[in-house]
Amino acid sequence: MLAHLPVLQVIVPLLAAPLCLFLTRSRLVWVFALAVSALAFLISCLLLQQVMSSGTIIYELGGWEAPWGIEYRIDPLNALLLLIITGISTIVLLAAHTSIQQEIPEERHTFFYILYLLSLAGMLGIVATGDAFNVFVFLEISSLSGYALIALGKDRRALWAAYQYLIMGTIGATFILIGIGLMYQMTGTLNMEDLSKRLPEVEHTRTVFTAYAFIIVGICLKLALFPLHLWLPNAYAYAPSIVTAFFAATATKVAIYLLIRFTFSVFGLTFSFTALPLQILFLTLGLLGIFAASTAAIYQKNVKHLFAYSSIAQIGYMIVGFSVSTTTGLMATLLHLFNHALMKSALFLALAAVVYRIGSVQLSQFHGLGRQMPFTMAAIVIGGLSLIGVPLTVGFVSKWYLIMAVIENGWWPVAVLILLGSLLAVVYVWRLVEAAYFKPPLPGRDTIKEAPLSLLIPVWILVIANIYFGIDTRLSVQVTQAASMSLFGVSP
Amino acid sequence: MIISLESMLQLSIILPLLAMLAIVSTGRNPNLRETVSISTSLVVIYFVFNLYLGIKQGENIQVDWWELLPGLQISFNIEPLGMIFALIASFLWLITTVYSIGYMRSHKEQNQTRFYACFAIAIGSVMGIAFSANLFTLFIFYEVLTLSTYPLVTHAGTEDAKRGGRIYLGILLGTSIVFFLLAIISTWFVAGSLDFKPGGVFDPNVNTTVAGVILVLFIFGIGKAAIMPFHRWLPAAMVAPTPVSALLHAVAVVKAGVFTVLKVCVFIFGLDLLAILPSTQFLLYLAGASVLLASLVAMRQDNLKARLAYSTVSQLGYVTIGALLATSAGVIGSSMHIGMHAFGKITLFFCAGAILVAAHKSKISEMQGLGRQMPITMAAFFLASLSIIGVPPAGGTWSKWYLLMGSMEAEQWILMAVLMISSLLNIAYLLPIPFRAFFPARGMPVTDTGIKEAPLPSLIALSITAVGCVILFVYPQPLYELARAILDAPGLAYGK
Repeated sequence: MLAHLPVLQVIVPLLAAPLCLFLTRSRLVWVFALAVSALAFLISCLLLQQVMSSGTIIYELGGWEAPWGIEYRIDPLNALLLLIITGISTIVLLAAHTSIQQEIPEERHTFFYILYLLSLAGMLGIVATGDAFNVFVFLEISSLSGYALIALGKDRRALWAAYQYLIMGTIGATFILIGIGLMYQMTGTLNMEDLSKRLPEVEHTRTVFTAYAFIIVGICLKLALFPLHLWLPNAYAYAPSIVTAFFAATATKVAIYLLIRFTFSVFGLTFSFTALPLQILFLTLGLLGIFAASTAAIYQKNVKHLFAYSSIAQIGYMIVGFSVSTTTGLMATLLHLFNHALMKSALFLALAAVVYRIGSVQLSQFHGLGRQMPFTMAAIVIGGLSLIGVPLTVGFVSKWYLIMAVIENGWWPVAVLILLGSLLAVVYVWRLVEAAYFKPPLPGRDTIKEAPLSLLIPVWILVIANIYFGIDTRLSVQVTQAASMSLFGVSP
Repeated sequence: MIISLESMLQLSIILPLLAMLAIVSTGRNPNLRETVSISTSLVVIYFVFNLYLGIKQGENIQVDWWELLPGLQISFNIEPLGMIFALIASFLWLITTVYSIGYMRSHKEQNQTRFYACFAIAIGSVMGIAFSANLFTLFIFYEVLTLSTYPLVTHAGTEDAKRGGRIYLGILLGTSIVFFLLAIISTWFVAGSLDFKPGGVFDPNVNTTVAGVILVLFIFGIGKAAIMPFHRWLPAAMVAPTPVSALLHAVAVVKAGVFTVLKVCVFIFGLDLLAILPSTQFLLYLAGASVLLASLVAMRQDNLKARLAYSTVSQLGYVTIGALLATSAGVIGSSMHIGMHAFGKITLFFCAGAILVAAHKSKISEMQGLGRQMPITMAAFFLASLSIIGVPPAGGTWSKWYLLMGSMEAEQWILMAVLMISSLLNIAYLLPIPFRAFFPARGMPVTDTGIKEAPLPSLIALSITAVGCVILFVYPQPLYELARAILDAPGLAYGK
């Protein structure tokens, strides 16, 4: 059984999704989906433990040897991603039952859970597989269910947002497919490990350049790298709150994973960063993203929009770490990936609680909420502090490593820019704080109560995780260190 | 002794934080809530005093909590400078609590529970700062202090309070994130250690340009030391209730700032390195300018609290100068000035609050003739002013004496002149207030308006601190010995 964990990780939610159809009652489906997600989380914990103790796990699907068969490959990087995705998915699902009562009509609840599990299975598949074409297949599974999930939003603009995302996402996926096709043409293999061995022989050809360019652009569309981020704010703002909380913490992270995997493992660092001026390109785009998106966040009137732009800025930080392309830089990216998942899921889930009570996330509607929903707002404040990077929160840990990485490379001005970027975070977080704590409640709003426990508990689990992993950094630092070392081919 | 010194150290940080929980849960019963505050502060004083006796006997008290990031530990250690800060802060916390009870109740302030709770966190973090064994630990508590005092500054919840809070948080958080954190990471990168070590952590052959830049980052980054141009938060924070201004903006927050400056100068750079850095001279002049300009601005303020705020900016400059002089007399003067100024300034703020509560006056021009109605308050104001100016019979004399000696030793004649001119300015903006109160200008009708002294708890508090100013003049030895020991001690332990 233990030997089959890598495939079970993906198969369990994938098979569970259609099974939901047999359960009719909303509550029943919820319990089932939650159990499945929890099981997936357990599997990912076991996988991580195995990887950390005994190294990379290779699993041949159906017993077919790679490169002919499909191979699942779990190294510390994969295990970390699996852990993040399943962990966040489980906690978010915990809140789902209460939250979707208000946002999704009863008859669509089953449909929602099916899509959710499919999307989960897709993301897990992308991460677990060691086969480039398989990546595309799972990408489509997670994306298609993702578009449908976003379209479930109560607001009619959700349809338009989902359509936008559909177009952009499909272009991205197509680009990735073209890239994979070109690679296959040159090397005759789809297995990533095998590709990395064969590509160097043909790396000077124009076809390989083209393949790489297609793949990078396709992935960057998916990860909403500035200026390819246009689909993201609306998709996050109009999707059901639960979906936003789940996607904000996982979807872009998976894309970052692909970027790292293709750049470091498949094409190799020397090719990726010497053949093209990618380092300076990513650095510039990352920094531009931080400043442009943070500034945009300051001017948002819709709080979901605000945090969506903040997400784009945070992706900028990860890309800066990536562009440093040293072990520390990559570690900073991965740490921030882990930490940002915790921050944004906490924040968006807290927003779900706000939506549950007042039905809106306009900043002007937040007046007086500091008193009326003290626990929810406290959660938002702590999440916001984490976003700023205050010590004892996870945000500080990732910022520390990012600055270290940048300074190690001698990029002093970049270090200053990164820190200036966090000041912008102070501004947009504080707009929210001032609205909630310094304005009197709106007229006719005297009866607003604190969110129900079924929402508060998941929110606070995530908030406490924000603090816990800011204090006890052993897990995150060890795993990300192992992951980044193994990507650089250094033994830890 | 039943409790070990190590546990006392930890408890003096943790107890205020626990008290916060107790305060929140007893919020419905104000008397019980205040009992919690007072008894906690008494216990903390007891612990700090025992720790003081401990290091006097040469004990080395060190506590390691856990490793937050590889190589970066949260750990605590007591050395004389931290002891000075802890003694002053814990003692004045008690006095301020007593004072606040009178002030807050007679002023019928809202949200008193939040007020006392945040107060407790702030003191806990001050203790953490005082006892930090490395820059990393210090930084964490430094930020906690900023955040926990934000609700205190914006206590009133008005538009003014919101604006003040914005400037407060913007400058303190901004400088600490952009400059201070960068300075810390750079130090970690260049020196490989963030521990406070006698003589500093930098290699003697370190590139002086790099170290000089890092020093500038530190001085700018420690916004709580309020060196111009990063001083704006201090006057902005004056929207807070007076007890907050008194403890936090005359003692805890600003002193945390200059304390950090001193720590960095003495234990991160070391005086030898500091003296040869190219940026030290520039920073000295900047601090000197800060001293003079703030004094000049203070003269033009009619609002008493604003005048005191600018006076604080100016006095903080003294401490920074003393640290940057890189002479032993300078360090002694600086560390003594932390204590002397704390007692003087807190008394002045207490008086300002007492006048506000009893006479409802905040403008200096309206305070003429107030001495008849509020003799104790005004007498205390007079004594405390003397301490700030630095003339006998008040404690400020000694610290200014050593600061002047320090500037002579370092042959900084311009700075010496700055210090002396500023003392004259202090006279000009402080003494007229009690003087006019007792001897109003001719033509000012002094009518008996029924104004009486402030509530008893407030009166007791301000008398104690005023008497404290005098005691520190007559009996400055303990403070002086601690200040001397900062540089004498070969190890961190004092007296060894």
